[in-house]
Amino acid sequence: MTTITQFLTRRRFSERVDITDVLTYAYLIFGTCLMFGPVLWLVMSSFKTEAALSKFPPTFLPFSQRSVVVEGYDDPLPLFLVTLEDGTQVEMAQVRRVGIEAQMVDLQHPSEIIKVNINQRTEINELTFAWNNYTQPLRMFDFVTYLRNSVLVTVLATILTLIINSMAAFALSKYQFRGRNFIFVVIISTLMIPISVILVPVYLVITNLNMNNTLWGVIIPGAATPTGVFLLRQYMLTIPDELIDSARIDGSSEWRIYWQIILPLARPALAVLTIFSVMWRWNDFLWPLIVLSKQELFTLQVGLNAFQGELNIQWHFILAMTVLTLLPITVVFAFLQRFITTGIATTGMK
Amino acid sequence: MSQIGSSGQLRVDRMNPFENLSTWLGFPFIWLTKLFLNAIGLVLDRIQGWIGVDRMGYVFVLPNLLIFGTFVLFPMLLNFYYAFTGGTNIFLNDRPFVGLDNFKILLDCADYLNPNTCQEDLFWRSFYNTFGFVIYQVVATVIISLITALALNQKIILRGFFRSVFFYPVLLSPVVVGLIWKWILQRRGVLNAVLIAFGIEAIEFTTNSDWMSFWVIFISTWAQMGFYTLILLAGLQSIPSELYEAGQMDGAGKLDSFRKITLPLLMPTMFVVLVLSLIRAVQVFDQVFVLTGGGPGTATHYMVQYIYRTAFSNQARFFGLAAAASVVLGVILFAFTMFQLWLGQRSEAA
Repeated sequence: MTTITQFLTRRRFSERVDITDVLTYAYLIFGTCLMFGPVLWLVMSSFKTEAALSKFPPTFLPFSQRSVVVEGYDDPLPLFLVTLEDGTQVEMAQVRRVGIEAQMVDLQHPSEIIKVNINQRTEINELTFAWNNYTQPLRMFDFVTYLRNSVLVTVLATILTLIINSMAAFALSKYQFRGRNFIFVVIISTLMIPISVILVPVYLVITNLNMNNTLWGVIIPGAATPTGVFLLRQYMLTIPDELIDSARIDGSSEWRIYWQIILPLARPALAVLTIFSVMWRWNDFLWPLIVLSKQELFTLQVGLNAFQGELNIQWHFILAMTVLTLLPITVVFAFLQRFITTGIATTGMK
Repeated sequence: MSQIGSSGQLRVDRMNPFENLSTWLGFPFIWLTKLFLNAIGLVLDRIQGWIGVDRMGYVFVLPNLLIFGTFVLFPMLLNFYYAFTGGTNIFLNDRPFVGLDNFKILLDCADYLNPNTCQEDLFWRSFYNTFGFVIYQVVATVIISLITALALNQKIILRGFFRSVFFYPVLLSPVVVGLIWKWILQRRGVLNAVLIAFGIEAIEFTTNSDWMSFWVIFISTWAQMGFYTLILLAGLQSIPSELYEAGQMDGAGKLDSFRKITLPLLMPTMFVVLVLSLIRAVQVFDQVFVLTGGGPGTATHYMVQYIYRTAFSNQARFFGLAAAASVVLGVILFAFTMFQLWLGQRSEAA
């Protein structure tokens, strides 16, 4: 207990409270609200029923109107608190509404219809989580297909990226061969060339290779990333050559040296590239949008965009699917945030 | 152990942040592909027998070069060829050579400052929209990232938490970012509810060009600033604390030491942030595409969307025109990259 109070009250370096401290904390707390608030709002909204979503002004928690099944009516009826003329309040269910008049039934006497002015009744709300928003798209839309496509693209692309880039980095850092520096310079010089500049010709290549409308068409073009080669090469340069030489003396083949000595030693850099690659591929939008035009091949991002582009936006489903889309990245971040932030800070790349 | 002091422990962690990462990840990718790698090994060992150890570098770099050449290098060259051909067919054989026609169409303007007088007015609107976006967004990003980095660099509790909070939106996919803000900004959205609660009239953000131009800048900054904050924070932490101590002895106040020590020493990092955010801003597309679709009207229609629209989402696919626009975009990006290299060399020489 004392350690907790110590932790809460301790100040790291100086003793007196300064105006800059106050400003700093004010800014950080404001920033926290601004950065997290929208995501929190999304998550809360995703649990609201369709009716609750259309309410204005909205509530923070997912409240929705209670409803009851009344004898003689097929559908559940919405429940209201009605103030009678003598001032007493009674719970009643609404059968239908005509203009400013509502036809209600008392729960005790379901056969008798009472006419009430709509200003005399207030909704009875309760906290309900609309799990339907999450379960229904799974059945109604191809959400599972999109999810599968996204996972396939992310996993396969990351494996491919790790293998071919680490092989190239190994060659470029540990071998002397003619043209080595030239190859490295060419790769590095395209570091700043984004795919948005070469969309048309890459599309032609994809079409010629019959990879149009296949997941491979999404996976392969971005696999040889200059960022990956650069990151891994710089790290492998720090691995001493003596290790390789002694392995050669012991009779190891070059391939064994690569994956039993170099790869394990390069794990920190491989981890950073893994995180980057997962992030890039999971979030990728423009390229899949161009390559994939068949709905059953859509990735999550493309699928989400297609839903929100529909004329009649079904927000209650879209919000829930958006939450599901950001969930994996959020979980990864929660566990690996220290590695991600230090990784980016040290390499200066994303 | 605890007596050694938490600050010493912290330093060690920061220097080798990846120590436990492999245990965290369990490195499933490596293990899954182990069998596969062994199979490759059989083939590669045979090749090594034929060509000898020294030339194995070529073998290791080959897979990467194949993909890199096919999907990056070759398309880069091909892009120029496309820019000089016409028609709406993707295959090169069916595309007539038209010389500079595409560039002539793009650049045909009576008055370059007025897109209405241009033949391809959408290109010029996109160009000017992008220009405005880049200026505001880059300035906002650099300033806000700097303020945040300075705040995070103070002696604060929960630094790791706050750092993560500001970084979190960086991980969100552009589609998710676009949807979150579309939900917040809609007519009956939470922002308008807040405005009304404060006694301000609700605003139709989504149909107002000026407001949407603002929000697009705001949202892009919101989504990306955490990344640049991290880079700046790393820059701040690399400034030796002795300098500040020496400054304090000479009687320098906080403002003095910021202006005379922090700012000059942070300049190289600031330039990196400036150029990276510049290159990023020029390519603005996905989160805006989801949020506004380029509208209202063409208020948020940017250059990448022009390329996408001209080549892929129009009825007639004008690949040549899109390629010509890509060349223009590529030239701009190239100029920024050169600018960065020049700055880098200058600061190294200094």
